[in-house]
Amino acid sequence: MNILVCVSRVPDTAAKIKVAGDNKSVETAGVKFILNPYDEYALEEAIQLQESKGGELTVLTVAGDEATDVLRTALAMGADKAIHVKANQLEKDSFYVANNIANVAKELNPDIIFLGKQSIDFDSFQISSLLGGLLDLPSVDVVSSINYADGSITGEKDIEGGKESFETSLPAIISVQKGIKEPRYPKLPQIMKAKQKPIEVKEAIETPLRTEILEMTLPEKARAGKILTGSDADIDELVRLLHEDAKVI
Amino acid sequence: MTFQGTDFFRLDELYTEEELMVRDSVREFVDEQIVPIIEDHYMKGTFPMELVEKLGNLGMFGIKTSEKYGGAGANYTTYGLAMQELERGDSGVRSFASVQNSLVMYPIETYANEEKKQEWLPKLASGKAIGCFGLTEPDHGSNPSGMLTTAKKIDGGYLLNGAKMWITNGSLADVAVVWAKLDGRITGFLVEKGMKGFSAPEMKNKHSLRASVTSELIFQDVEVPEINRLNVDGLKGPLSCLTQARYGIAYGAIGAAMQVYESSINYAKSRIQFDKPIAGFQLVQDKLVHIFDEISKAQLIAYRVGRLMESGNFKPEHISFAKRNNVKMALESCRIAREVHGANGILNEYPIMRHANNLESVYTYEGTHDIHTLILGQHITGIPAFK
Ligand SMILES: Cc1cc2nc3c(=O)[nH]c(=O)nc-3n(C[C@H](O)[C@H](O)[C@H](O)COP(=O)(O)OP(=O)(O)OC[C@H]3O[C@@H](n4cnc5c(N)ncnc54)[C@H](O)[C@@H]3O)c2cc1C
Ligand SMILES: Cc1cc2nc3c(=O)[nH]c(=O)nc-3n(C[C@H](O)[C@H](O)[C@H](O)COP(=O)(O)OP(=O)(O)OC[C@H]3O[C@@H](n4cnc5c(N)ncnc54)[C@H](O)[C@@H]3O)c2cc1C
Repeated sequence: MNILVCVSRVPDTAAKIKVAGDNKSVETAGVKFILNPYDEYALEEAIQLQESKGGELTVLTVAGDEATDVLRTALAMGADKAIHVKANQLEKDSFYVANNIANVAKELNPDIIFLGKQSIDFDSFQISSLLGGLLDLPSVDVVSSINYADGSITGEKDIEGGKESFETSLPAIISVQKGIKEPRYPKLPQIMKAKQKPIEVKEAIETPLRTEILEMTLPEKARAGKILTGSDADIDELVRLLHEDAKVI
Repeated sequence: MTFQGTDFFRLDELYTEEELMVRDSVREFVDEQIVPIIEDHYMKGTFPMELVEKLGNLGMFGIKTSEKYGGAGANYTTYGLAMQELERGDSGVRSFASVQNSLVMYPIETYANEEKKQEWLPKLASGKAIGCFGLTEPDHGSNPSGMLTTAKKIDGGYLLNGAKMWITNGSLADVAVVWAKLDGRITGFLVEKGMKGFSAPEMKNKHSLRASVTSELIFQDVEVPEINRLNVDGLKGPLSCLTQARYGIAYGAIGAAMQVYESSINYAKSRIQFDKPIAGFQLVQDKLVHIFDEISKAQLIAYRVGRLMESGNFKPEHISFAKRNNVKMALESCRIAREVHGANGILNEYPIMRHANNLESVYTYEGTHDIHTLILGQHITGIPAFK
């Protein structure tokens, strides 16, 4: 199987985000960037697929010069080669990215394209659907498990409050949910070998932006916390608050 | 939230992309696989065996060993950074890795017969086999050249007699690198589990390195085949291994110090006394700055020594300096961190006392702090003060 995994470079989940001077972008100085966590799940699914079925595993990112680090991480996890589509313009909308992925995918003809269900920086949730349209292929989102057959796959995807089973022909585009397979830690010997694996650089194709960011603002300061007294009677109240207010249980 | 560490002098700019990738990968592993289980093992006094295969998988054994024997063939700095992260988890886990890498795989690769290299190194690299290093004896610690364990030449091999003490991984080991005197000269042997007359009872009741196995090794007329003899003569055999391990410890100690430093900063910022965070009091800032200051200097030392080792341009004194300074600073950092945490500092909810207690062993093993002082003292005065 020929497998393509699309990855993005995002600020570390622990990073303190500031809006840059232009009020339209994020200040990148001093921020650590990582491989988008959802893409790690996509990559792990792809690596295990390749381990069982063979074929070639390519990772791709559409990003500026700085993104080599996440491609190396992906190569260290197990991808065979990487394609870096150099986006020379600073502002990229989802259509720009999808159009550039589609452009490469047409050449590569992968049997399956994996993505994380979202990129944790801008949370647009658009790339997989746009790719489906641009490549005229089936596109399934938030997939939590997959079984592979010849020329088709079956699997499950998360829906609000439940699961949905699906079947689709290949080639297809699959965006994966967290937890589909536990991503491996890049292993030391593979990190050493990743240096020798090729990163092919391609120029991005011109794609006029379809949306424009007008302004970025940080969220209002979080609400003040509630302090309970710690008596037995408070236990029920705590459970209620966690359930209804915080919606964590 | 993954551990951030401190990097005041921006050493990250001097490390290669690969070195940082290894560090970050081990860092994540430590946060997810070691930190959540280690206090429990420490309290029970058990070594986390469940980690061995995972560590092998991650490539933590044979970091510098050549690829043809299943190692990663990485450089000293990569090895150092890996030890730093492992010791941030626990000195016991780092000790396990130090022994496996520097005290077992290193001498096997450097001094053993080809057949033995092929037999042991791949298994040790994957964690399918565990090794130990037997130098110290009950009556010979700082002065190993006085060792009493002997080897006698017999037909087809050697007969080993004697006892070793304080041996990390001893009871777990499938293969022991054992130093003994043959006709009055120190040489090394690979003693394998199951050889007749060889036993390794565990030493219990430690207050330090509780998540690590420490054992005696007992040899009663153990027959060791000729092929198991290491091809090295004299004290430089064991010392060459210790040089490797001590360097790793100089990095490792930084990991332990960074862990208690981070805990101290977070604690001091959130602990309110006299209506303000204690981080806002001058005395507390003095403590925090002291740890920060010492870590930042130790990082520069470790970095430089690693690069000197890579260029082959180092003296053993550099390693004595790094081990002595960095372990002392880590131990002091733990004591200060304990103060900053007030009473909470004694609880195992915080990593402080575990690291502090562990570092008491690290201060003593691999050449005590004072022995390294004497090595440096001789270096600068030309006068040996050992005897
Ligand atoms: C948890 C643990 C794990 C260990 N693992 C191993 C292992 O895997 N393999 C192994 O071979 N060993 C191991 N050791 C042993 C360790 O290397 C020794 O403890 C160390 O070398 C010191 O020896 P000693 O304990 O006999 O102390 P001693 O040598 O008796 O020293 C006692 C004190 O006297 C001081 N002293 C000694 N000589 C002098 C001198 N000439 N001048 C001034 N002061 C001096 C020392 O600095 C120290 O403060 C381990 C030890 C511990 C605690
Ligand atoms: C084993 C044990 C038994 C105990 N038994 C008892 C008991 O029987 N009865 C009882 O009442 N208590 C008991 N205590 C509590 C003990 O008295 C407190 O731990 C002690 O008063 C310190 O308070 P704290 O732990 O809250 O630390 P904190 O007051 O939070 O102090 C944390 C750190 O901040 C520093 N600090 C605080 N304020 C300032 C300031 N203004 N300027 C500079 N630095 C500051 C402290 O010196 C310390 O280093 C016990 C504690 C322990 C560990």
